[in-house]
Amino acid sequence: MQKLKLVVVGNGMAGMKVVEELLKIGPDLYEITVFGAEPYPNYNRIMLSPVLAGEQKFEDIILNSLGWYEENGIRLHLGKKVLRIDRQRRIVEAEEGMEVEYDRLLLATGSSPFILPVPGRDLDGVIAYRDIQDTEKMIETAEKHRHAVVIGGGLLGLEAANGLRLRGMDVTVVHLASWLMERQLDRHAGKMLQCELEKRGLKFLLEKKTEALLGNEGRVCGVRFSDGGEIPADLVVMAVGIKPNTQLAESAGIHCNRGIVVDDTMQTFDPKIYAVGECVSHRGTSYGLVAPLFDMAKVCANHLAMMGIGRYAGSFTATKLKVTGIDLFSAGKFEGDEHSEEIVLNDVAGGVYKKITIRDGKIVGTVLYGDTVDGQWYFRMLKEGQDIGEIRGNLMFGQSHLGNAGHEGRVQASSMTDDMEVCGCNGVCKGTITKAIKEKGLFTLEEVRKHTKASSSCGSCTGLVEQILASELGGGYSPKTSAEKPLCACTEHTHADLRKAIREEKLLSIPEVMAFMNWKTQNGCSTCRPALNYYLISTWPHEAMDDPQSRFVNERVHANIQKDGTFSVVPRMYGGITNPEQLRRIADVADKYRVPMVKVTGGQRIDLLGVRREDLPAIWSDLDMPSGYAYGKSIRTVKTCVGTEFCRFGTQDSTGLGIMLEQAFDRMWAPHKVKMAVSGCPRNCAESTIKDVGIIGVESGWEIYVAGNGGIKAEVSQFLAKVKTKEEAMEYSGAFLQLYREEAYYLERTVHWIGRVGLDYARSRVAEDEENRRALYQRLLYALSGERDPWKSVVERERKPLFESLMVEA
Amino acid sequence: MENWIKVCELEDIPQLGARVVKGKSCEIALFREGDRIYALHDKCPHKGGPLSQGIVSKGRVTCPLHGMNIGLEDGRAISPDEGCTETFSVRIEEGAVYISL
Repeated sequence: MQKLKLVVVGNGMAGMKVVEELLKIGPDLYEITVFGAEPYPNYNRIMLSPVLAGEQKFEDIILNSLGWYEENGIRLHLGKKVLRIDRQRRIVEAEEGMEVEYDRLLLATGSSPFILPVPGRDLDGVIAYRDIQDTEKMIETAEKHRHAVVIGGGLLGLEAANGLRLRGMDVTVVHLASWLMERQLDRHAGKMLQCELEKRGLKFLLEKKTEALLGNEGRVCGVRFSDGGEIPADLVVMAVGIKPNTQLAESAGIHCNRGIVVDDTMQTFDPKIYAVGECVSHRGTSYGLVAPLFDMAKVCANHLAMMGIGRYAGSFTATKLKVTGIDLFSAGKFEGDEHSEEIVLNDVAGGVYKKITIRDGKIVGTVLYGDTVDGQWYFRMLKEGQDIGEIRGNLMFGQSHLGNAGHEGRVQASSMTDDMEVCGCNGVCKGTITKAIKEKGLFTLEEVRKHTKASSSCGSCTGLVEQILASELGGGYSPKTSAEKPLCACTEHTHADLRKAIREEKLLSIPEVMAFMNWKTQNGCSTCRPALNYYLISTWPHEAMDDPQSRFVNERVHANIQKDGTFSVVPRMYGGITNPEQLRRIADVADKYRVPMVKVTGGQRIDLLGVRREDLPAIWSDLDMPSGYAYGKSIRTVKTCVGTEFCRFGTQDSTGLGIMLEQAFDRMWAPHKVKMAVSGCPRNCAESTIKDVGIIGVESGWEIYVAGNGGIKAEVSQFLAKVKTKEEAMEYSGAFLQLYREEAYYLERTVHWIGRVGLDYARSRVAEDEENRRALYQRLLYALSGERDPWKSVVERERKPLFESLMVEA
Repeated sequence: MENWIKVCELEDIPQLGARVVKGKSCEIALFREGDRIYALHDKCPHKGGPLSQGIVSKGRVTCPLHGMNIGLEDGRAISPDEGCTETFSVRIEEGAVYISL
């Protein structure tokens, strides 16, 4: 097949991100030609401030080396401007009479700094702050001259000012508004920032309008304001805003309105021409931060690859200043109006100011200064439009879960030194993460996980890693929420999309789902296959195909894999009750198979550890007890206390209800593991308050609590309902679990699911709607009916290829 | 000179699954994806996990212990993971699987 010709105008971050994505999903579709106006390969523009501040070198911030272009067969024309697009002949004309044909054209022309139309703007020493050349000029000037004036007290201006100050210059920031970063900060936070920067030696002139730049022999020597005042200047940096580069598109007659107008597929008004990045206007908005550009790039690559799915629906953006040691964060509409309320914390001496703006029970904006730990959390709630009614009282005090276990209780990444451990599971230090972000050009949590393994196991340090990303990338970092994230790299679809399609289209096998949803890979991967398998069997019990090869090893061999490749065996003991006969059999098995360790588990069971795979079927046969499902995303155990049978304080028969629950819900697969407990009185000896479903007996009945968690992040369960009888307790618990089974995403514990949908939702579906509760409960019982014990099934099978090895003589 | 040993029938290895072959000196994992069979030392270069127990997809296996991805063709870890595990030659003849040690 003849390759199509793709021409990319613009060799910056947005354009190259499209090319990178395109090479991933449609590597052989196009012959690619790239034009770049700058004489450098693609570099990380948001890292210019650290280069200016002397914290990094230019080589460190190159994203795609010249070798990369060559390896991927991309024709690269550096330092060559594209002058004209001939849409009739589908040709771009560049400098020196060069002409290149295209089938598809991608405009990623970026933006230019806005230069104030004042006399003297052409003088030597007057520059903008946009690219590496500007940066080098600033570094060079700092060596020879003394007075720098930065016009513009926004994000870019302050980063420039800080860098010049660190390079030893005497820096004055001139700003038109009455406080700094007025578009991102309210007056109070703006003043705190100014105060901090003044301590670092910067000077500020606010509410000053620049009238002229004064020159001496062609070089700038001062700045004059409209009030007549003058200050000396050897260098003037204009940082008063950017404007999208649309000249090329406009000259070709492509519709522009401040930016190049694109639709949700990043297509311009000419269907052969796409545009991404700072040069576009999407739904009337232009973006100057990197996260939206990357979202655009993904969508654009998808359409260029002719997959035709994915839409860009605009981005919420948050701001963070990249000045070492200053923490500020802002997002959304933080300036209130008559319809909004504000929660404010103002600790002047401690240098902390937080404001959350709320409208109709939802966060609409936030400004944080001095303590930005919870910025990403607030931002996520803002983006998701989460109702904050229930947590309003605690909102200001933050999420406080970060690093609960394994990080010495640290919640602030900025206070950590490079040699401190961030990820306790994989032993990754802060320095390793920052180094990888800088050297490998990482932008997302997933990339950090892949490259460093930090936050890729238990995830308790995710908050810390996100903070590190945010502080390294500044405005470049924008966390995705699980609701909008594709399931994995094999698909564009989210968990919610897939659940919906499986339900509505009645898809019954993994190949069917993959075909219907246009999977990008033939066999999926180890992330999507287990998720799809669960969605299928939970949505269509007794009908969908359960695919053992799409299950994690533990569920495939019905035992828990250990670090040395051996397995552990935990037989079921309903309600934690056993008897001498069972114990004798367990002891005999442990002797006969020389089981290296016998341990009592946290869920009141007995664990036989260190069993070889080959011995599993024989052990199960000798035990003659049901599988305890200690290995599965399934019901684990129902922990119980002694209850009325023997306990002098017991008010209810907790062991009886525990056994009933465990027998009824045995063999229940779920999005993640499910732990339950029943306590016979409010002393709560079975620890019901940290379980997915925890029940507490009181004199007048049973209280049902849900969505607790005792692991990485201890979470106390929340009250769902109070019932009178054991039967009602069964129905409420079962209905809650079925709702979780039907609606949660794979690998989402009840606590995270409830965090996402809200307890009120679960209450309305389970506690308050009797008909729905019954229906849910019936669906659960139907799903579980006829499920066979997995150990018994294996034992009865004649051939056991999963467990037997093939022997060879050599 | 290569010494081919018959280990099993093609049908004995489940689609997108694996079987373990026990030899005198080491254990070998046989993976199947479509009608291709791959043979790798059943030991992850990371922490020695049994690769045969991992999930197989797109020419790689994901180690069950810590999720390292190992290429089935060359035994190399897929970037950004690092490391390499030994591979063995495989031949399929009339539905039977042979390996060379």
